[in-house]
Amino acid sequence: MSRNLAKLPSNDEVSVTVLVSVGQHPVTGRLRRADQDARALEMAMGLSDAEPRVIYAGPLNDSIEPALRGYLGMGVSELKVLRQSEQNDIVPALSAFLNATPSSVILCGSRAELGESSGLVPYQLADALGYTLVANVAVIEKVAASQAVVLQALPRGQRRRIEVALPAILAVDSASPVARQSAYAKATRGFINCVVSDTEEKDATNEWHYAPARKRPKRLKIIKATSARDRFKAAAAKAEGAGGQVLTSVTAEEGAAAILKVLKEEGVLKT
Amino acid sequence: MLTSLMPWLLAVAILLAVVGALRRARLWLRGRASNVNVWAGIRAMPKRYLVDLHHVVERDRYISNTHVATAGGFVLASVLAIFLYGFAWESKLLAWLLLAASGAMLIGAVRVAKRRQSPPERLSKGAWMRLPKSLMVFAVSFLILSLPAAGLLPEGFGGVVLAALLTAGIVWGLAEMFIGMTWGGPMKHAFAGALHLAFHRRPERFGGGRSTGLKALNFDDTQAPLGVEKPTDFTWNQLLGFDACVQCGRCEAVCPAFAAGQPLNPKKLIQDMVVGLAGGSDASYSGSPYPGKPLGEHKGGPFQAIVAREGKGLLDPETLWACTTCRACVEECPMMIEHVDAIVDMRRHLTLERGQTPNKGAEVLENLIATDNPGGFNPGSRMNWAADLNLPTLANVKRTDVLLWLGDGAFDMRNQRTLRAFVKVLRSAGVQFAVLGNEERDSGDVARRLGDEATFQHLAKQNIHTLQKYSFRSIVTCDPHSFHVLKNEYPELGGEYVVYHHTTFMERLYRDKQLSLKDWVGGRVTYHDPCYLGRYNGVYDAPRQLLDALGIDRVEMTRSGFRSRCCGGGGGAPITDIPGKQRIPDMRMDDIKASGASVVAVGCPQCTAMLEGVVEPRPQVLDIAELVAQSLIEEETRA
Ligand code: SF4
Ligand code: SF4
Repeated sequence: MSRNLAKLPSNDEVSVTVLVSVGQHPVTGRLRRADQDARALEMAMGLSDAEPRVIYAGPLNDSIEPALRGYLGMGVSELKVLRQSEQNDIVPALSAFLNATPSSVILCGSRAELGESSGLVPYQLADALGYTLVANVAVIEKVAASQAVVLQALPRGQRRRIEVALPAILAVDSASPVARQSAYAKATRGFINCVVSDTEEKDATNEWHYAPARKRPKRLKIIKATSARDRFKAAAAKAEGAGGQVLTSVTAEEGAAAILKVLKEEGVLKT
Repeated sequence: MLTSLMPWLLAVAILLAVVGALRRARLWLRGRASNVNVWAGIRAMPKRYLVDLHHVVERDRYISNTHVATAGGFVLASVLAIFLYGFAWESKLLAWLLLAASGAMLIGAVRVAKRRQSPPERLSKGAWMRLPKSLMVFAVSFLILSLPAAGLLPEGFGGVVLAALLTAGIVWGLAEMFIGMTWGGPMKHAFAGALHLAFHRRPERFGGGRSTGLKALNFDDTQAPLGVEKPTDFTWNQLLGFDACVQCGRCEAVCPAFAAGQPLNPKKLIQDMVVGLAGGSDASYSGSPYPGKPLGEHKGGPFQAIVAREGKGLLDPETLWACTTCRACVEECPMMIEHVDAIVDMRRHLTLERGQTPNKGAEVLENLIATDNPGGFNPGSRMNWAADLNLPTLANVKRTDVLLWLGDGAFDMRNQRTLRAFVKVLRSAGVQFAVLGNEERDSGDVARRLGDEATFQHLAKQNIHTLQKYSFRSIVTCDPHSFHVLKNEYPELGGEYVVYHHTTFMERLYRDKQLSLKDWVGGRVTYHDPCYLGRYNGVYDAPRQLLDALGIDRVEMTRSGFRSRCCGGGGGAPITDIPGKQRIPDMRMDDIKASGASVVAVGCPQCTAMLEGVVEPRPQVLDIAELVAQSLIEEETRA
């Protein structure tokens, strides 16, 4: 798809869209609002008093609707549905819709709880729209007309501050604040608005290329802990490779050669 | 002079009282509709007043005698005065009766004044300190007034001075007693109270009955606001009920949350509802405030949100969430006001409309929705505790005598010991029983008390649906909360069952000689009445009889039976966890220690958890099922 840059809304206000999906409880498998998507909506609701636009793309039926109402229960009055049949890839529908009615900040969970759950939707969407993508967003610190400052969650509770030009897709991490409670009355009264209905079967899985799983390279960091204390220390320690070397002022070729050498030593590269 | 003035005074007082009554009634009628049988209520009112209300007042003998003299004297004196002076009947007999009536009232008034000399903390001061004086003035004035007519004093005795004094006294008395009654003075309790008794929302409570189940919300109209947001969202007879409060503070004196220093005082809560009904602030309230919340900062009106969305309203939400729904206040209230209904009504609004259940509330409710138990455990693991017991499930056997309802204690390691003990007792008695096993869901108790009526009804309907598939004679459970909900709250949703608490059931087994027990050895035992078994269901004797059957040296705590103090575990209070100065279970454990017992017998998983949570050293906490299981003779011979 072409990389056309979406326009910012003319009134120069930051408009926020949240993409939500249907979640699944990890223990019982019952359908519910997805945890990360709900956190994304929570984040969006904290950005301004104006109600964020909430979009769901996918199938809609009697068992899915109550799960979607979980988002309405958080206090948004409307949820827009781009209705798709079960097997359809939702990215084309989402990107077409977002192209036609752009938003400067698009929030979504990092990974769906149902389906392939590949975590690729934010990437594919960013690619299709030509937006910047920030993954694992924990906090949005500031949003201005053309720029946002966010904190990205890194392992072991570390955070990285990132300035990102808008429009952007922010994929929310589980380290972000918990979503507010969904209120029953708001959930039942909220409006589910089907704006696009494309139920023609376009089984996306037909185009998939299947391959046997490959053996993964072994981990570089080997923890040989004998006691719980050691294991804890190993888990809590910062990842800093001992015995490495810092190469500065070397040419690109020298650098690449050094990297290749390490990879071969560690058995990551076999040839 | 006075005799010619009297009809006018009386007429004006009565007229003003009627105007006040109509104005007050208009305030009540702003509330929602309620299903009451008006005529039956009015017919039943005198009996409700003389029997049921008095039954409660009588727990304080001094005040009950005082009240009979004062109220009886006042009513009689007023009627007689109207005939004697309003219609100018000339009758020596009536005059003598008036003399006697105002005399009785005077005695009562003096006793009220005595109680008020150093009033207990729970009583309100303010206008209530004026009341005994007004009562005395009224009584004395009519007493003196009746003397000439009774022929005890010559006509015109005392001259102008006495006549003027009497006139002043009568004006004061009539103002307090007649006009104050409907315009919001302390005497309002008589007027609103009488009507409240007539139009009570739980008429089943009169005549020795019991009605403790919460009333179901109707979800048919999706646009109708759920729960109570503003005073006018209460039903009109609830509003009327609030107005009946005499500020006696008996509820305050027994409230565990108040004693623990949490920001709740049931008396103040009812008075705040009165403030909301008429509009204003709590500055003129003259009783104990909510602990830690100074007076004068909260205000409200009939159409304003009780818990403000921003800033301060009439109540802070913590006040509502501190309640353990122990019903001690309702049990003690001489006016039979329903505090718990009101609190849950307001919680329903906060949870269902706003999604503001505090602390762990939201998580617990989400768990109940997603896993059918508050802990979020895998519903397929409900029977793990009984893996070696081979319990028959109804899914297999289809019919049984007794359905053993496990409750969520099945997920808790401590409660599993109780359940295993009870299974042992059932087997020893040869009872044919089965369980629902993994088909069982939470009864919905906690969801309902946290205001999530939707989740409660959802769980209840699913349980009822499951139970419909099987045939059994009765349900037995070790959990008083499940017991209460199954017995008293499922019928409204279409599930009617014979339900027993395990103590009642074991007591019957013992009486039917199906249990052979030896004496239990292990020191002194006291029994802690669970709120949901005692006050909610009136089961006080069976557990005690069982303990006696075990030959146990049983001692009672000062607060036991219907006055038992809550363990702090009900109403979702451990989930919403509102901070106070001390913890309710610690206070209860102090009660237990004070009884000198080394073991406290309990009959509720929640009580067990709360009391065992108190730091050692403390008396041991054992469920009655465990005590019985330890004393089974059969087991001994087998071993
Ligand atoms: S039910 Fe219990 S905790 Fe709640 S207000 Fe009444 S006495 Fe207090
Ligand atoms: S609510 Fe009942 S018990 Fe409490 S102060 Fe009022 S009348 Fe007394």
